[in-house]
Amino acid sequence: MNSSGVSRALHHYAILTAGATLLLLMAGALVVGYEAGLAVPDWPLSYGTWMPPLVGGILYEHGHRMIAGTVGVLTTALVIWLWWKEPRRWVKALGLVAWVAVVAQAILGGLTVLYRLPVPVVIAHGCLAQTFFCLVLSLALVTSPAWERAAQAAEEPPAPDFWHLAAAATAALFIQLALGAALRHKALGLGPHWVWAGVAGFLVGWVCYRAVTELAVQDGLRKLARWLGGILALQVALGVASYAFRAVTQGIHEPQTSVVLITSAHLATGALLLGCSLLVTLLAYRRVAAAGKVASFAGDPQRTFA
Amino acid sequence: MIRSKLFWMVPLSLTLGLLGCGGGQPPAEQSGGAAAPSATPAAAPAAPIDPATAATITGKVAFDGTAPARPRIRMDAVPACTQRSSEAALVEEAIVNDNKTLRNVFVYVKEGLGDRSFPPPAEEVVLDQQGCVYHPHVLGLIAGQKLRIKNGDPTNHNIHPMPAQNREWNTSMPPGAADLIQEFPRAEVMIPVKCNVHPWMKAYVGVLRHPFFAITGADGSFEIKGLPPGSYTIEAWHEKYGTQQMQVTVGEKESKQVDFTVKG
Ligand SMILES: [Cu+2]
Repeated sequence: MNSSGVSRALHHYAILTAGATLLLLMAGALVVGYEAGLAVPDWPLSYGTWMPPLVGGILYEHGHRMIAGTVGVLTTALVIWLWWKEPRRWVKALGLVAWVAVVAQAILGGLTVLYRLPVPVVIAHGCLAQTFFCLVLSLALVTSPAWERAAQAAEEPPAPDFWHLAAAATAALFIQLALGAALRHKALGLGPHWVWAGVAGFLVGWVCYRAVTELAVQDGLRKLARWLGGILALQVALGVASYAFRAVTQGIHEPQTSVVLITSAHLATGALLLGCSLLVTLLAYRRVAAAGKVASFAGDPQRTFA
Repeated sequence: MIRSKLFWMVPLSLTLGLLGCGGGQPPAEQSGGAAAPSATPAAAPAAPIDPATAATITGKVAFDGTAPARPRIRMDAVPACTQRSSEAALVEEAIVNDNKTLRNVFVYVKEGLGDRSFPPPAEEVVLDQQGCVYHPHVLGLIAGQKLRIKNGDPTNHNIHPMPAQNREWNTSMPPGAADLIQEFPRAEVMIPVKCNVHPWMKAYVGVLRHPFFAITGADGSFEIKGLPPGSYTIEAWHEKYGTQQMQVTVGEKESKQVDFTVKG
């Protein structure tokens, strides 16, 4: 693939879809925070119409549904575009997986309403949301010029085990998000989320440290890893703040705006952290793999000189 | 064709069902507990308790401490909730009356009636939504009794009871919607009812197998009438202050006072 006008537009459109998905994640977090998940008892219609009056909890629940509908349409168009213009079959397949994920996510969302928030379904809805965000972000990456550049191995590649470490950090972050969802919906206590924060934070921190110390200053991957570190610091601060505000407002039954906003920001930043870690992993893998051919020849002198 | 068949099958099956019930069910269903030895033999199935010997339990729920403040409910963002009333609605979680008694306490016979059961009465209990507040805040039902839910507001509500023993449901009520008729088949103290559109809206429904309950009002008193003589556990439930129990024994036609004190 070359960076023609069409593919550049496709890449920007994929970024737009990822941005809309992040908004959708925040809207979903607000629904949970304001306990508005059941403010609209029917699904897929709301109070029997497409547009109920947006008062009280209906604003959050129906707003979430409207943004979800928009993301669904955006994703469908993205997949059609990919199937029409994208030459790489695996990218087409990835687009299809994203589309299946968004449809499954809509069905899970409907089930949460119709079965009045069964905890496993609600947690699955939260985890699939993060997975879908990762899928769209991956589509934005693999249609980007950066993805092409990474294959050309213009820059010094990271050590081969760097991408293993980044992959471990990404996996740890995903587990951490699942533990956060389980905490939020009272399936687990604070303990696992708190302990695992140490593990995931350590791995992400290590990725940043290695990128900063091992990669060249002008390297894009190094810059991305520094962003990763910044988001990690913000995320830890939001996590602590969310805990502190919750403790202060304990005993108040109605949702407190401060707690709701901080918790939603914590969730959205968590998605960004996961997404950023995934980008680092994929880019590092791409560069190691591209350099791998060279490295294997270099590492096998007999073959090199044969 | 099918419809006409159904037409005569329904009354037929009803008749058969009634015959089956009337003939097959011994009066033991109405009064058979060892705890109620002085109950009259059930001559009429609907009236197992002899009113001539029935006892009464009265009392009040005193509040000891400083009455908690009742903040105004912040519903200004929803004009449909405030436009029909000039008075600001206050939080109803704990209401202490002027005479230092506690309102909205659900007082009921928890134990002592044996396995008596009471058919649900025909009259309905009404739960109204006015100004985005439930009226009443606390209510009692007999298992199977009809609960009529009204929406007097020009806005959408959803009615969402969250029982542990009964089936949970969640129904929307747009403005001007027809009344909703519901019932809870199992005894449960208490079922929280909530509106997710307006997070401040909360009500509590106590469902019992019998009619011996009362809810304290503006004077904090209660009266439970028509009890068969016997020993009872009386429980007082309050949404904020929890539950308390008292033992009381009443003889024929006796009236006894049971006073609770809730510490604030
Ligand atoms: Cu409401």
